[in-house]
Amino acid sequence: MSTTELLEQASGLFPDEVVTTAHVRHFDLPLGAGRFALITLDNGLDHTKPTTFGPASLANLNAAIDQVEQEAADGAIAGIGITGKPFIFAVGADLKGVELLKEHEHALAIGKGGHEVFKRLAGLAVPTFAYYNGAAMGGGVEVGLHCTYRTVSQAIPAFSLPEVFLGLVPGWGGCTLLPNLIGADKAVSVIIENSLNQNKQLKGKQVFELGIADAIFEGADFLEQSLLWTAGVLKGDVTVERPEIDRGEAWDQAVAKGRFVADSKVHGAAPAAYRALDIIEAARNGDLQQGYDAEDQALADLIMGGELRAGIYSFNLVQKRGKRPVGAPDKSLARPVTKVGVVGAGLMASQLALLFLRRLEVPVVLTDIDQERVDKGVGYVHAEIDKLLGKGRIHQDKANRLKALVTGVLDKAEGFADADFIIEAVFEEMSVKQKVFAEVEAVAPAHAVLATNTSSLSVSEMASKLQHPERVVGFHFFNPVAILPLLEIVRGERTDDASLATAFAVAKKLKKTAVLVKDAPAFVVNRILTRFMGEIQNVIDEGTPVETAEKAVEPLGLPMSPLVLLELVGPAIGLHVSETLNRAFPDRFTVSPNLKAVVEAGKRGFYVYDSGKPELDPEVAALLKQGDVVLTEEQVRDRVLDAVAQEIGLMLDEGVVAEAQDIDLCLITGAGWPFHLGGITPYLDREGVSERVNGKPFLAPGVASVPA
Amino acid sequence: MPRTVRDVVFVDGVRTPFGKAGPKGIYHETRADDLVVKAIRELLRRNPGLDPKKIDEVAIAATTQIGDQGLTLGRTAGILAGLPQSVPGYSIDRMCAGGLTSVTSVAGSIAFGAYDAVIAGGVEHMGRHPMGEAVDPNPRFVSEKLVDESALFMGMTAENLHDRYPSLTKLRADQYAVLSQEKAAKAYADGKIQQDLVPISVRRTTPVGGETGWGLVTADEPMRPGTTLEGLANLKTSFRVHGRVTAGNSAGLNDGATASIVAGEDFARENGLPVKMRLVSYAFAGVEPEVMGYGPIPATEKALAKAGLSISDIGLFEINEAFAVQVLAFLEHYGIADDDARVNQYGGAIAFGHPLASSGIRLMTQLARQFEEQPHVRYGLTTMCVGFGMGATVIWENPHFEGDK
Repeated sequence: MSTTELLEQASGLFPDEVVTTAHVRHFDLPLGAGRFALITLDNGLDHTKPTTFGPASLANLNAAIDQVEQEAADGAIAGIGITGKPFIFAVGADLKGVELLKEHEHALAIGKGGHEVFKRLAGLAVPTFAYYNGAAMGGGVEVGLHCTYRTVSQAIPAFSLPEVFLGLVPGWGGCTLLPNLIGADKAVSVIIENSLNQNKQLKGKQVFELGIADAIFEGADFLEQSLLWTAGVLKGDVTVERPEIDRGEAWDQAVAKGRFVADSKVHGAAPAAYRALDIIEAARNGDLQQGYDAEDQALADLIMGGELRAGIYSFNLVQKRGKRPVGAPDKSLARPVTKVGVVGAGLMASQLALLFLRRLEVPVVLTDIDQERVDKGVGYVHAEIDKLLGKGRIHQDKANRLKALVTGVLDKAEGFADADFIIEAVFEEMSVKQKVFAEVEAVAPAHAVLATNTSSLSVSEMASKLQHPERVVGFHFFNPVAILPLLEIVRGERTDDASLATAFAVAKKLKKTAVLVKDAPAFVVNRILTRFMGEIQNVIDEGTPVETAEKAVEPLGLPMSPLVLLELVGPAIGLHVSETLNRAFPDRFTVSPNLKAVVEAGKRGFYVYDSGKPELDPEVAALLKQGDVVLTEEQVRDRVLDAVAQEIGLMLDEGVVAEAQDIDLCLITGAGWPFHLGGITPYLDREGVSERVNGKPFLAPGVASVPA
Repeated sequence: MPRTVRDVVFVDGVRTPFGKAGPKGIYHETRADDLVVKAIRELLRRNPGLDPKKIDEVAIAATTQIGDQGLTLGRTAGILAGLPQSVPGYSIDRMCAGGLTSVTSVAGSIAFGAYDAVIAGGVEHMGRHPMGEAVDPNPRFVSEKLVDESALFMGMTAENLHDRYPSLTKLRADQYAVLSQEKAAKAYADGKIQQDLVPISVRRTTPVGGETGWGLVTADEPMRPGTTLEGLANLKTSFRVHGRVTAGNSAGLNDGATASIVAGEDFARENGLPVKMRLVSYAFAGVEPEVMGYGPIPATEKALAKAGLSISDIGLFEINEAFAVQVLAFLEHYGIADDDARVNQYGGAIAFGHPLASSGIRLMTQLARQFEEQPHVRYGLTTMCVGFGMGATVIWENPHFEGDK
C-alpha cells in the first residue's frame, strides 16, 4: 500500500482529527545562500491548542514534502526547513486517534505512516533543517530528528519524548535516531529517565547541550537567526561538528542503566520502557530501517495492549477530569476567600497554613491552645519560607510578603472575625472537633466556610450541633500535602452549594486535584488502601510469610510495597483507620492483632534497613503470631485484588463517588498508583477480577481498553 | 559645575525592510513592537563594542502610540530586546519626523552630558495603525479657522503646495518619481541598501497576500523598478479631481522600523565604536499647516544659520520624499536641479516607502553610507516635512572627510 493510501485509510478511522496544515513558503535566504522552502506546521488554532499529527496531518506533510522534493530535485531550492506556529513546534501524535484503534494492523499502519513520511526528510536532494521554535514533544521532536540539522530556541519551555510515560515508545524514529545522534546514554536519559520521572521536560538550553540541536538562538529573533545560520551552513561558512558516539561498552551500560531505572519505577509491570530499551539496544549498529521496523512493531503491540489504554485513560483523568471535578456546583456560587483561619498549630496545621499562604496569598491566621504552640506553628511557616528563599524558589520580596501574611493568635475571636475560610486540623476525635467548630462558629462571620481535614470522621456528624451546618465541608489532604495533588472534598448531609463551590474554588487555587466525595467512612483512598492492606495483613496473620505476601502484589508496579507504605503512613495511624472502618463495616474490615502488637510495642515499621535493603525486623518477627494457612503469591494476589474489587463495587453502589473514574483519579493523585494500572479499575477489568467478583467490568470497553 | 559640550556622533543605523500596509502586505500579521525590537537586536549584534549596560536610554518614536506602538514603546522594546532592566526608555512623537526627533533629542542630552550612548529609533505600522486612527482634533481648529480642513490630510497639503508654486508641475513631480525608483533600483543592484537591512521573519495565515506559513523578508516591498512616466501619467489623483498628487509621485502607506546608536564622540572612540557621522546642528520650524511640505526650507535655514554654513557647503542631501512636490519645492528654493547628483543618491521614500516615524533614521543610515563612499564631501543634511506644518533638518559632518586633497 502506498503511503498516501495508508494515511487515507487511517484517516477514515479518525474523522474528528484536528488537522495540521503543512504550509510551504519560499523566499531568498540571507547572504545570497539561495532560494529556500520553509514548511510551517500549523493547526490553525492558537497556542493553547498545540499542533498534533493525525493521519490527515501526516498526509498534509507528505504532500508538502512531495512539493519540495521535486523543487529540490529540479535545483530550484538550496534547502528545506520545518518549523511551527508561534510558541509551538508540534506535540506529537494525536492521542485521540490512537484511542480509537481496534485492530493490530491499523496500529501498525500508524507507526508505518509516520515513518514513511518523516524519513523522507532525510533523503531529499538538499539538506533539511528543523527549527524547534516552541513546545516539541513526541512525534514533534521526531520529525526534527529526521532532518539533516536542527536549531532550538532558548525560550522553549517544554521538549520531550513522553511516550514511555504514557505507555508507548518514541516510535516515529525516536528510539532509533536519538541514540545514533547523541549516544545511548543521553538518549536513555531523555526517553526513559525523564519520562518515568513524572514526564520531566527539557528546556531549550538542555536540548542544545545534549547535542539534539546543532545551534541555539534566543527567542526574540529565533527564526531569523536560524535562517541566517542555515545560510551559513549552506554556503559552507558554518561547519556543524557533532561528537563521535561511543558504540562500545558505554552503549550496554546505558541500556543497563535504563533497565535499572525502569525496574525501580514500574517493577516490570508496564512494558513500554522495556520495549524502548530493546530498540535502543539494537540501534547500536546504526541500521535505521531495522530500527524503524522494530518501532512499528512495538507501537502496534503497545497500542493494542491494556497498559497504554490505561495510560491514556489516566492521562485524561489527570488532565481533564482532575481539572473539571464531576458533581461540583456552579463555580459562580463560590464566595471570595480573602482571609484563611487554621485551627491548630501542630505540624499538619502548619503545613496547611503554608500551602494556603503560598497559593492564595491572603492573610492566614493560626490559633492554638497556648502561645508556645502558636509561636511554633508560625515559626515553622517562616522557616519553610526561608528554605524556599534559600533555594531560590521565591524572591526576597515574596518571602517578606508571605511572612507578613501569616500570624498566630490565641483568641479565635480576634483571629477569625473576618476570615472567609476556616480549616481545622486538631486531634482526630469527634467531640474535640465538634467543640472546636462550635467555638469557631461563635466568632466567625456568617458566610465563612468551616472545613475539616478529618481523614475518617463523619463530616455530617461534626456539623450536626452547629447553628449553620450547611457551611461545613470535608477538605481531606494527603501527606505530604505540598506534594500529593489529591484533595477529597466531602459534602456533608446538609452542606449547601455555595459552601461546596467555595471549597472547590479554594482547591483550584491550591492547585489540587479535587474530587467530590460522599460523607462515607474513610472516604475513598484510605478506604481502598485499608481494605488492600487489611487483606495483606489477613493472609500474613493466617500464616503466609511476610515476604510472600509482599511479593504477591509486585506485578502491579505500585510505588512501594504494602508494608513499606504502612511504615510511611505510620502503623498507629493505619491501625486507627482500620479500627474506624472495622466499626463501620465489621464484615469486611478486620483489625489485625499482629498490627496491634506491633503498634503496642512502639515499632515504627516492619523492616530494618541495616543492610541497605528492607529486611523483616527480628523484633517484629518475634511479635508475629501467625496461623498455618500458607498461600502462594498468586493466591494472595487473587484475594487482595478480589477484596479491592469488591470494596470499589460497594463504594460505587453507595454513591461514595460519581463514577469509577473518580476512584481511579483518587488513587493516581492521592496514593501515587501508576498510570499503567489506570488507577486500579482498568487493571481489575483487564485481569478479569471485576467480572469474577462483581459479575461485570467497572468501565465500558474502550474507556480504558481497546474498544470492542 | 564646569561643563563641556561634547561632540555627538551617529554610530550606526539599521532598519527592517519596509512593507506595504494592508492585508496583502508582508507585515500584515507582524507586530510593530517586534519590528523595532529586532532592529535593536541587530544593532547590538553589529556593535559588540557597545556594552548593553552602558546604554543610557532607548528613545523610540511612533506616531500612533496605542496598541503595539503604545505602552511607552522605548521601555517595552528595551525589555523585549533583552537589554538589561537598568536601561530606561521612552517614546517620542513628531509624526513623520519622530525618528529624526528621537536622534536630536538624545543628541542634545548627550552633548549636555546626561547620556553617553543611546538607542534612538522609530516604528510605524500603518497597516495596524492607519493614519488618523483614534485622533480627535479640537473643533476650534475649524470653527476659529486656525487651520484649513485640508491641513489634516497630507495629500491635500501637497496639492496646496502645487497651487502655491505653479512652476512645480505634475510632470516634474512624475519625472522626479521615476528618477527615485531608478536610483533605488540601482542602489539595490549595487548592494548599497541591503547591508543595513535586518531580515524579519513574517507569518501569513491567509492566502490573500501569497504563500502561507513563515517566511523571511530581506528586501523592501514597495519598490517599483521599471516605473515609467507613461505609467505614472495615468494614475488617479486621489486627493483632488484633476489634481497632481498620485500614488506614483508620493510615498505609500507603509510598515517598518529603524534603529540607531547615537553616542558622545569621546565615548564612541573609547569603546571602539564606529563614527559614521558627526552632528553639526539641527533645527525644527513651523509653517502654515496647509502647506506642510514647505517645512524643510525654514528648518534648513535655521540649521544652516546655527552651523554657520550656507547651502553651498552641503555636499549630500537626504530629503524624505513624502511627496515629490515637497522635494521639488526645496530644490527650487535653493536653485538645485531636480536631478542633482547630490540629492537622494540611493533614491527615496517614493521607492522605499515611508513608515512615518521610522523614516528619519533611514535618511541618516543612507547618508552615513554615502559619507563613507565620498570622503571628498564634508557636510550633508537630512531633512523632512512634518504634519501640521513643520519641517526638520539635521546637518552632519563626514568624519571620513579628507580635506581638500
